[in-house]
Amino acid sequence: MSHSKDRPSYLAHHFSDPAQQSDSAKLGMWIFILTEILLFGGLFVAYSIFRAWNPDMFYNAHKFLDVKMGGINTVVLITSSVTMALSIRSMQLGRKKQTIGFLVATLLFAAVFLVIKYLEYSHKFHLGQLPGKFYTFTGVKGNNPHIFFSIYFVMTGLHGVHVIAGMTVIVMMLVRTMRNRFSSEYYTPLEMTGLYWHLVDLIWIYLFPLLYLIG
Amino acid sequence: MDTTGTLLMPPAGSTIAGEVDAIFNLILYVSIFFFILIVGLAAFFVFKYRRRGEPGLTSGVDHNIKLELLWTIVPSIIVVMFFVVGFRLFLKMNIVPANAIEIKVTAQRWMWTFDYPDGANSVNTMVVPVNQPVKALLSSTDVIHSFFVPDFRIKMDVLPNRYTVAWFEAVRIGEYNLFCAEYCGKGHSEMLGKIKVVSEDDYKEWLEESFKVDESMPLEEYGESLYRSRACNTCHTTDGSGSVGPTFKGIYGHQVILSDLKTVTVDENYIRESILDPRAKVVAGFQPVMPTYQGRLRDREIDALIAYLKSLKE
Amino acid sequence: MSSMPEKNYLTEKRGLKSWLLTLDHKRIGVMYLIGISISFALGGIFALLIRLELLNPGRDIVGAQTYNQLFTLHGAVMIFLFIIPGIPAALGNFVLPLMLGAKDVAFPRLNLASWYIYVFGALLAVVSIFTGSVDTGWTFYTPYSTQTSGAVVTMTLAAFILGFSSIFTGLNFIVTIHKLRAPGMTWFKMPLFVWSLYATAIIQVLATPVLGITLVLLILERVLGMGIFDPAMGGDPVLFQHFFWFYSHPAVYIMILPAMGIISELISTFSHKRIFGYRAIAFSSFGIAFISFLVWGHHMFTSGQSELASMIFSFLTFFVAIPSGIKVFNWLATLYKGSISLDTPMLYALSFLFLFAIGGLTGMFLATTATDIHLHDTYFVVAHFHYVMFGGTVIAFLGGLHFWWPKIWGRMYNENWAKISALLVFVGFNVTFISQFIMGIKGMPRRYYTYLDQYHRMHGFSTIGSWIMGLGFFIMVVYLVHSIYKGRPAGSNPWGSLTMEWETTSPPPTENFAGDMKLTHGPYDYDKIVPRTD
Repeated sequence: MSHSKDRPSYLAHHFSDPAQQSDSAKLGMWIFILTEILLFGGLFVAYSIFRAWNPDMFYNAHKFLDVKMGGINTVVLITSSVTMALSIRSMQLGRKKQTIGFLVATLLFAAVFLVIKYLEYSHKFHLGQLPGKFYTFTGVKGNNPHIFFSIYFVMTGLHGVHVIAGMTVIVMMLVRTMRNRFSSEYYTPLEMTGLYWHLVDLIWIYLFPLLYLIG
Repeated sequence: MDTTGTLLMPPAGSTIAGEVDAIFNLILYVSIFFFILIVGLAAFFVFKYRRRGEPGLTSGVDHNIKLELLWTIVPSIIVVMFFVVGFRLFLKMNIVPANAIEIKVTAQRWMWTFDYPDGANSVNTMVVPVNQPVKALLSSTDVIHSFFVPDFRIKMDVLPNRYTVAWFEAVRIGEYNLFCAEYCGKGHSEMLGKIKVVSEDDYKEWLEESFKVDESMPLEEYGESLYRSRACNTCHTTDGSGSVGPTFKGIYGHQVILSDLKTVTVDENYIRESILDPRAKVVAGFQPVMPTYQGRLRDREIDALIAYLKSLKE
Repeated sequence: MSSMPEKNYLTEKRGLKSWLLTLDHKRIGVMYLIGISISFALGGIFALLIRLELLNPGRDIVGAQTYNQLFTLHGAVMIFLFIIPGIPAALGNFVLPLMLGAKDVAFPRLNLASWYIYVFGALLAVVSIFTGSVDTGWTFYTPYSTQTSGAVVTMTLAAFILGFSSIFTGLNFIVTIHKLRAPGMTWFKMPLFVWSLYATAIIQVLATPVLGITLVLLILERVLGMGIFDPAMGGDPVLFQHFFWFYSHPAVYIMILPAMGIISELISTFSHKRIFGYRAIAFSSFGIAFISFLVWGHHMFTSGQSELASMIFSFLTFFVAIPSGIKVFNWLATLYKGSISLDTPMLYALSFLFLFAIGGLTGMFLATTATDIHLHDTYFVVAHFHYVMFGGTVIAFLGGLHFWWPKIWGRMYNENWAKISALLVFVGFNVTFISQFIMGIKGMPRRYYTYLDQYHRMHGFSTIGSWIMGLGFFIMVVYLVHSIYKGRPAGSNPWGSLTMEWETTSPPPTENFAGDMKLTHGPYDYDKIVPRTD
């Protein structure tokens, strides 16, 4: 095994050059994103089926979702996607401090998203608009309104789990940036984190209209 | 078509069974042909081209358009043929003749209940007239079951949230097995029923009979026959051994502990309540799975069962 | 006589820690092999107990409740813990980079993580056995699975977690195949086993997430009473079946495609013959993978789905037969004018042809709607899928295991015992399952604890067959374990094969090859090169 001097330290032993390594990472990440979309795909199918079976109930139930809060959250999440993209851009230009700043901003927006989500959830808990057998609210006309809230909580809940997972990865990236692991030559993990974060954003962009706007 | 079944198939007891068997045999013969072709060729090549001595270079031929088209197109034609004949019969099996008698079939763990057009009912034995289409309207009160009569070549899942339909026209008088074919728990393999095919006259007579309360038989004896015909024996033994429900042996007059830890003495009223509202007071250690017999047993029949239980002393 | 290479992946580092923290795909492959072997033994013991219980009607050794748990565990363990990871994660992990001339898979850390996820999932499944067990059948049909007591949540959670292991392995393989082929190895110079792993990985990545979300919904249904699958709350139990089979039917091809890949390698190697119809075999894998996503409804002809749906699913199902048939005929054509030697791996390849032919042809009876109505949920179905899953996948796995065994351990097993064991497994399997075909046609429903007397004799044959198989596997364990310590050194290319994994020593060095690899000949150039056997 030759350890020639032109092998940078970040290049793993089984790759022959940095391009091969970063291409592999990108392909892997895209495949992972595909699996995530299929994971949510199952829920979108469940949503469509039950909506087709109970269109009136879905319409009546969706009115109890807070469009204002959901709308604010949409803006917050899109903004966080922008700051995430900017942090990668900064690293491409070798500006470490800027990268750190944008990553922190992304984290803050993500936290705001979760806080708003928490307020929404706790309001619904208070009213008894809970999933499945815990559902006690009586104000929705139509058959089995608990199914709408089951689907609402599972979809937004699973999305919330993805937000938390994304925040964890961003924190890791923050630490690695501060420890000078990245440079304008090598920032693949940061790029991958960005892709993932855009996915989280994208899923919300589908969830918001389906649940809040059209029901 | 011969309707006595084939070498492999069970006897053919319905109008469609012979047609199903014909398709089955068609596929069987084609399959045997291909199986012998594949295995025969493999065996022949293995013998003929077995390695002798050191291996040398072998032929590099790796394609042959004619052969490849042959083994793509011929199987395609065959499977399309299977599909067409199979689906045509499938449609016939799904279209209920207009003159069919409708019998409501209710599946529950682990018994079958049959309700006939004019109000008669039976448990685990479905009585039907010969040479007359019968529509079974199926539903379940708990989990998914499946209505399967091998000799009639019919099977249909029985669902808890919608009705499904199976139909058949029996061609011979006799008794045929009814199985539950969708796994439904502990008693799945004992959820057996019978289809009793009788003549038109016997069917009418049976319907009339079932409205008469049998006044002649002594209560105890009548209770024993009900214990079997109403399927109590699926879950309750009389020899003291455990099963899905408590054994009947010596239960009368005893105190039992309920699932809420209260105790109750098994008397006439408790037995009556347990038959009509089985989940009200469940004996500890047993699942609340017994279906209600409300509307399915007349007072004299309940009296008879109570008398029978009293007779089962330890 | 060849001797063992001094430095190899097995000996370079020692100690348990060097294994548990390894990033070497070969060691991870071996660790998977150990994991799936234990799972297979466990599932096999469950199977022997099931057959023993069914020797006579009524109770032989266990009660109905225990019996129901046994067949559930047999199915769940064999499917989720053995047969899905079996060929790709154990043999594929070891062989894939070697076949490509690569030094490792694309993401070694992810590879190790997959193994840990697998072990965690497996342990969780074992925990479920001891915390109430599961009696739902491996299909977890609702509403039974949402109502029954027992550790259904633990078991479904285990299957959910195992799904991630499968997804990560598939992802890793796709990227490895795309990016890490040795210079000169174009797509159509790849061995067919690699092609089959590629098609398999695509199904793993596309189908498994849907199973994941289905199991999550099932768990939430039990925990929160969501109402989505529960008819009492406005849900639909048949929807669960659609969701479940949307994954689980493609999963059948996750199990069989890599097996077909192994058979292509074995038949070519032991006939010393260029594979016939290379592209046809490679593309037929993708044909099968594609159709596999469109046929799930053929599990539901009796579920009350519309006739139109049954028609479409039946029609499409038949077209799985075409690419499968193409493969079989190509293998036969490869044997033609070859130089065939009957070493143990080849015996397995030939029994695959025999058993898979039966498994495939009996599928016709089930794809045909009219006959499926009678055969659905009987022992005919049980026998059919065992002919495909065992007669196909397990037999090919065993063929591959005996083929690559000398590469993995550097030592050869006892050929005579191996042949005796292969024969016992073959005979025992046929005795066990031919009788199940017959009683299935006669109407014996599956998942029955007890049965009518008319089926007694066939059940008896079936149980005796299971003992013959058991004996065959017992012998196999003995001579394989013995060979690891006492077998004669195998040499780098004992079978005279032309694929790249045989160009390095047995066992290979940690870095796989002595230097950087470059493709010098195709994987099946037996018309140009006489491979050296050493």
